[in-house]
Amino acid sequence: MSWFESIIPPKIKRKENGEKKAVPEGLWSKCASCEAVLYCTDLAKNLNVCPKCSHHNRISARKRLEFLLDPQDRHELGMDVLPQDPLKFRDSKRYTDRLSDAHEVTSETDSLVVMRGSIKSIPVVAAVFEFGFMGGSMGSVVGERFVRAVKACVTHHLPFICFSASGGARMQEGLFSLMQMAKTTAVLEQLSREKLPFISILTDPTMGGVSASFAFIGDIVIAEPGALIGFAGPRVIEQTVRQTLPAGFQRAEFLLEHGAVDLIIDRREMRDRLANLCTLLMRIPVPVSPPVISAD
Amino acid sequence: MKNVFLDFEKGIEEFEAKIEQLRFAQDNSALDISAEITRLQAKSQGLTKSVYAKLTPWQISQVARHPLRPSTLDYIKHLFTDFEELHGDRNFADDRAIVGGLAHFNGQTVMLIGHQKGHDTKEKIYRNFGMPKPEGYRKALRLMRLAEKFSIPLITFVDTPGAYPGIDAEERGQSEAIGKNLYVMAGLRIPIICIIIGEGGSGGALAIAVGDTSLMLQYSVYSVISPEGCASILWKSADKASDAAEILGITADRLKEMALIDAVIPEPVGGAHRDYPAVMQSVRQALQESLRKLQDIPLETLLQKRLDRLLGYGRFKINKPD
Repeated sequence: MSWFESIIPPKIKRKENGEKKAVPEGLWSKCASCEAVLYCTDLAKNLNVCPKCSHHNRISARKRLEFLLDPQDRHELGMDVLPQDPLKFRDSKRYTDRLSDAHEVTSETDSLVVMRGSIKSIPVVAAVFEFGFMGGSMGSVVGERFVRAVKACVTHHLPFICFSASGGARMQEGLFSLMQMAKTTAVLEQLSREKLPFISILTDPTMGGVSASFAFIGDIVIAEPGALIGFAGPRVIEQTVRQTLPAGFQRAEFLLEHGAVDLIIDRREMRDRLANLCTLLMRIPVPVSPPVISAD
Repeated sequence: MKNVFLDFEKGIEEFEAKIEQLRFAQDNSALDISAEITRLQAKSQGLTKSVYAKLTPWQISQVARHPLRPSTLDYIKHLFTDFEELHGDRNFADDRAIVGGLAHFNGQTVMLIGHQKGHDTKEKIYRNFGMPKPEGYRKALRLMRLAEKFSIPLITFVDTPGAYPGIDAEERGQSEAIGKNLYVMAGLRIPIICIIIGEGGSGGALAIAVGDTSLMLQYSVYSVISPEGCASILWKSADKASDAAEILGITADRLKEMALIDAVIPEPVGGAHRDYPAVMQSVRQALQESLRKLQDIPLETLLQKRLDRLLGYGRFKINKPD
């Protein structure tokens, strides 16, 4: 045993056969973009944004709400609305099995979580898609929870904020899913009538039936940096047009350049900026600070 | 135009070929074989009837996509008068995959909007196979607003594989264009009747199909995703399209059962493409009835009913707390 080996703590010592001891799972993760090896706690503290390259890794609906809303007075809405299997849908797996698997992985009952709460003391209703639940797909439950969220805004005179992260409509509910596009979009009219703002935030990914319904009907449409946003998936487009897609195609920055979104906001600034936007749109007066005149 | 036979119509095709041969022979012969022709025609008709009586959902989607199936412009030509086609979205282009304009229906002004496919290759390419780009949906939106301004009822004809999945379509905001139409149609202050005449392909179809009455031709389909698309995602193989068609519940009968459409318009034996006058007659009747019903309802009530219906879509359960 060399002097070096003798000072290595046993925890990270190689095994007799020279094999590396496995790193405990969930301790380290690699950034999907810059491949930097990151300590998970650091990544979580940074809202799943890579501290090295600012790549926005996906984040669960609950974690997002945790960061977004003030800790006091949060109420979840629409939890009692639960999925059904109207078509008795079965491919290689039953839809009901897919639902219970998704529940096991995410602890959610469907792919939209709605909460009433406040952002920096401004009361709001926030709906957030859980991409981990069947790709954030929109079926009847998402539609109904969305409608209830909007109705809560109308009843309590609150702005509505929605974070989308979805592959589109949920195939397993057939045409019922398609009709959720009409349903979610139709209810927004009630919000407009009350002159209540709808702020729509498109996160990675916002595609298909979600992108092509309420997501772009926001009074303000925001994208997270680097998010994939579009109607058709890149693979489908590539197969249709038979050419390679340009770099950055369907990314948030591409959309901003083409005039499709109002703003791109870094996740770490989201809470402050949303509070500011709500203040502006709700015409909440702010104290006027006297201009600082420097005497020099 | 010469009929195009589908895979499951082989038997019918053979009869028709024989009849054709006999007709040709009859012209050149002194023998009267008209009795034989009549006999064969009856047989062919009988076979068509029995084949069409038990079509699978996948076969129905083949009929819905039949190249000779009447298209929007065919309905406009046969059911309406004084049609003035109106072009362009006023921003970018005129999308030929969506047609629209003003016309008379039984003497009354109506606005017509529909997806337009083609019957032959040349026309299909010209119409981009009925797959609209954002400018198509924005043209439709412009015409809807125009109709609303002059209190003209709107009739839409739905027949598309889906909105066009292309680079330019994405650049110009395909999603926004579709979403905007859904939003506007939900509150449009005129009666809206939507007829699925062929393929109701997902969001690209829905973008002109939100209204007060949804009618569907017997052999048309309406689906959240094409059977092929569904099969390639869930089974990783497009060969499972017929299984997907079965399970997705895309046919008029199934959708009527689930209350997702209001009525099924019957088609002639062997599908709409076999007998244009017959299908035109059925559609005319259905349209007349629907329009009359909608026009009897006061506008505010109509809008409320439309909203209630839209917000009522979906199947879920409510978990009652103990």
